[in-house]
Amino acid sequence: MRLITLQNATIRHSGTPALESVTFHIDRGEIVTILGPNGSGKSTLLRTLIGALPLSSGSLEKAPGLRIGYVPQKLHIDPTLPLTVRRFLSLPKRIRDDVAEAALADVGIPGLGHRPMAGLSGGQFQRVLLARALLTKPDLLILDEATQGLDQAGSAAFYQKIENVRAQFGCAVLMVSHELHVVMAASDRVVCLNGHVCCEGAPAQVATAPEYKALFGSGTHGTLALYRHEHDHSHECDPACDEHGNHP
Amino acid sequence: MSFFDDFIVLASLAGIGVAIAAAPLGCFVVWRRMAYFGDATAHAAILGVALALTFQTSILGGVLVMALLMAGTISALSGRGYAMDTLLGVLAHSALALGLVAVSFLKGVRVDLMAYLFGDILAVSLADVAIVWSGALLILILLWWRWSSLLTATLNPELARASGISPQREQMIMTLALAIVVAVAIKVVGVLLITAMLLIPAATARTFSSSPERMAVMASLVGSLSVIGGLFASFRLDTPTGPTIVATGTAMFIGASLTAMLNSRGR
Repeated sequence: MRLITLQNATIRHSGTPALESVTFHIDRGEIVTILGPNGSGKSTLLRTLIGALPLSSGSLEKAPGLRIGYVPQKLHIDPTLPLTVRRFLSLPKRIRDDVAEAALADVGIPGLGHRPMAGLSGGQFQRVLLARALLTKPDLLILDEATQGLDQAGSAAFYQKIENVRAQFGCAVLMVSHELHVVMAASDRVVCLNGHVCCEGAPAQVATAPEYKALFGSGTHGTLALYRHEHDHSHECDPACDEHGNHP
Repeated sequence: MSFFDDFIVLASLAGIGVAIAAAPLGCFVVWRRMAYFGDATAHAAILGVALALTFQTSILGGVLVMALLMAGTISALSGRGYAMDTLLGVLAHSALALGLVAVSFLKGVRVDLMAYLFGDILAVSLADVAIVWSGALLILILLWWRWSSLLTATLNPELARASGISPQREQMIMTLALAIVVAVAIKVVGVLLITAMLLIPAATARTFSSSPERMAVMASLVGSLSVIGGLFASFRLDTPTGPTIVATGTAMFIGASLTAMLNSRGR
């Protein structure tokens, strides 16, 4: 079943097009990842799908009654706003205490309800965002670089959780990611974006496409460069790093 | 002489009315970082006073229209790539200056400018009190009705969008509520100190609140206490009432901040 269809959409930011004639769709149960360099319009695409940005041209069609769970790239909570995890889960709809506790337990952080949002670690914070997004039993879960600020073990666990979520809820997952190694493992379909759709398809297929190589460099060098860029401050070379270094 | 003839009682009622409406709204102003927005809206009110006197219509109407116009303009301009901080500063002070110039053009009308700039709470009539409380109730109903959506939109516009809430609509509701507060508070604290009634109680309440709702209630309480304390202090010390109310609020803010600092150090 088709959840969202975007046809020939052009989105402008104060005159200049951020995305040009993008055609995109996602079906029930699919995991789709959007890849692209900074400023390539990844977040713009997600925000368009949510309905936060108007189309300059083209059309956006959503399945009737489509429920979207959204995990933003970062959520800045003003220090003047006192907000516990429990209260955050009740936004915008109030939920029962047992439902909240079950949602927290479900993402692996039981008993955290009373904590202020400002006092959470990066990993806990992302899990709370995920728990809230899952509360509405979404048909489509949208994650905008949800693992930013997590270390490698943290983001691996997070993506493992996403796979479980799909199995459990049967929802589609649309995510933006920089982490190529994760993308290659976890996605059904990859969309490569750079102001327009460069290429799309199964991960293995995209990885060999010339458009992809033009964007990310070819082979080891490209993957490694991007990977290194993400983990500047890592002091040891862990197994995953080796694996990438040796990737053909 | 009935209870309602006593000017201190009327002043207290008017002041508390403004405080309990301004405080929860002020929480949103603080959370959304709209302090300058509040300033600009309040300062536009003086322009509204000038217009109302020129066309001999009601001051309340003139102020409401100008405040709405200013708040609407800012809302429309925001998020269009302007340097909002600068733009708001320009608008806030221009509105004040233009308003003062416009008032000076009024011939044959004697205007007590100080009353509009700093309020004249001791001169409120029973009718004024009724207007303040109608406005306050309207704002409280508005906030009660939109509370959850406003809070979600305040947290993150996209998060609100994904939940089917329009951040633009919530912004308009904030704008409307702000204009109403300005219109009813001008008589009590004056245009220059309205923002203080929004910000100081909210900032004070933050130090001992663990939830947004608690902060709103505590802010109303702090606001009401500063009105009562300020009224009595100004009576005893023979000082201007509006500024004394704000100064009382400031004292409570300092007290609360110091207490919070000591508590966190003791831990």
